[in-house]
Amino acid sequence: MTPVIELEGLAVRFGSRDILKGLTCALSGRSIGLLGPNGAGKSTLINTLLGFCKPARGTARVLGFDIRHNLREIRTALGYMPENDAFVSNMTAVSFVRLMGELSGLPPDAALERAHESLFYVGLGEARYRKLGTYSLGMKQLAKLAQAIVHGPQLLILDEPTNGLDPPARLRMLRLVREMRDQQNMRVVLCSHLLRDVEDSCDEVLILKDGQVVHYANLEQERSTNRRFVEMEAYGNENAFESALAALGCHCAAAGGGRFRMVLSDGIEISDIYRVAAEQDVQLRRLNFRRDSLEDIFLRAMNGSLAPQVDTGVEASNGHL
Amino acid sequence: MAIYKRGYRTYSGPLTRERWRFLVLTRYAWRTIFQSRLLTAFFVFSFFYPLGALLAIYLNGNATILSLLHQSSELLVVGNKFFSVFIAVQGTFAFFIAAFIGPGLVAPDLANGALPLYLGRPFSRADYVLGKMMVLFGLLSFVTWLPGLLLFAAQAGVAGHGWIWDNLWLARAIFLGSLIWILILSLLALALSAWVKWKVAAAALMLGIFFLGAGFGQAINLILRTKQGTLTDIGNLMRVVWHDLFRIERHAFDFPPTEAWIMLILICCGCLALLAKKLRPHEVVR
Repeated sequence: MTPVIELEGLAVRFGSRDILKGLTCALSGRSIGLLGPNGAGKSTLINTLLGFCKPARGTARVLGFDIRHNLREIRTALGYMPENDAFVSNMTAVSFVRLMGELSGLPPDAALERAHESLFYVGLGEARYRKLGTYSLGMKQLAKLAQAIVHGPQLLILDEPTNGLDPPARLRMLRLVREMRDQQNMRVVLCSHLLRDVEDSCDEVLILKDGQVVHYANLEQERSTNRRFVEMEAYGNENAFESALAALGCHCAAAGGGRFRMVLSDGIEISDIYRVAAEQDVQLRRLNFRRDSLEDIFLRAMNGSLAPQVDTGVEASNGHL
Repeated sequence: MAIYKRGYRTYSGPLTRERWRFLVLTRYAWRTIFQSRLLTAFFVFSFFYPLGALLAIYLNGNATILSLLHQSSELLVVGNKFFSVFIAVQGTFAFFIAAFIGPGLVAPDLANGALPLYLGRPFSRADYVLGKMMVLFGLLSFVTWLPGLLLFAAQAGVAGHGWIWDNLWLARAIFLGSLIWILILSLLALALSAWVKWKVAAAALMLGIFFLGAGFGQAINLILRTKQGTLTDIGNLMRVVWHDLFRIERHAFDFPPTEAWIMLILICCGCLALLAKKLRPHEVVR
């Protein structure tokens, strides 16, 4: 399968400043989150993929098209929702989205039809004949989303899509992103510094810091790993309990004071632990799955305690950590 | 099925040709422009002079009417001076139309950050500039060379055999003179609009460049006792170029047409450089 985004030593300079420092990775997920603190290079990476910034070194491929040679093909295949205010104020939403559809190559009639459909889809159906200048911030965000999907792109790039949205609007936006990913079969790149947004809607995460890849995480894998990692607190014959768990086939580590950490092997369920505890006459006073949230991953990446991983298609070359 | 019941679906229909996609911008801009009654009225008003000139050509070539007026020969000579005056008058209308419309073409897009939306599509900066320039080119063509060539054709019809072949260079001068003027006006309007990002200020700047430029040039001429100050007067530059194209004798105080041509080319290059610098999808903070 062609990766959605492939970076090969991609470096971008603005004047004497290195903004992106030789990024190398391949991302194949259906929805990819770009995370990082302000100034990490997220927006610059997106601008480079769109051809707005010229790479100083290296290259990148989007859906298999090289950004140095196939910009038109890339721009035809993707929809882009920029971070900042971007609209034509004296136009109605339907004219604006239609114009954007036509610029993407849709014939006028099809563009008009799809402009209506897109605006209804994002929830602006009733307000589609209002001028964009009169829209609230949340409505403008939705109008930007409508113009990004009007031509039915294969890849949708969303730069801070929930900026300035109130909680219900934010949830609606994230639901739309998930729907487009799951029902419309679009690939989504979501750039945000809001971890919850990324966690809710992405299955892969690339964390940038100071223009470098500091971590790659496959959230699906992380979630399934989390489901196999158990922390317990037991009271009773700890040694016998530990031996019985080992006999069951679980790798178990005693942390002292009756606390255990263990990874459930394949075929072993929580009910088996309860059964062993009962057999050993041990009380289980606490048992929970590890909650290694994206926030934990992000904070460890920012503190430098996570090495840039080289797994499922990712080769982080700038391993300063 | 009603639109609201359809839901969103991916698009798999045909796409338009990329080569002509810049005309989408032109079409949308024209639609917006003619919502202004003032502009529409001014645009209609700019056709009065060509209509008057057409009537004059008709009367001038009509023997019955000339005999009624007891004229044995033509009332006016329809030649290079006639068309030169026509271009100067219509050029003035074209200037005001460009000053009215031009600044509103780019400034709102830049002020509202719309460029990433345009340029994030298979649509280049050149397409964008071309699309916006075509807005002015189309409108100003209806004011300048199209009626000019219509008058030329009318005179050719009235004057009879031979006139058209003897004066074909006039048609070329009408077309070329108008084209240069339209190019200068369009580039200036777009560049100023991109520079100040505020259409009211851009319109004021455009008027200022033409009117204050003339005064500034005269001041330089007086202080330095030279003719070169007039090179800052774009209107005067165009007058010299038109006189050159229409083969009208130069005034003693005019500078050579070559200098005017060079100056106009430099202005065009400056405008293009300004557009290239300002029309970017994102701002780089170095």
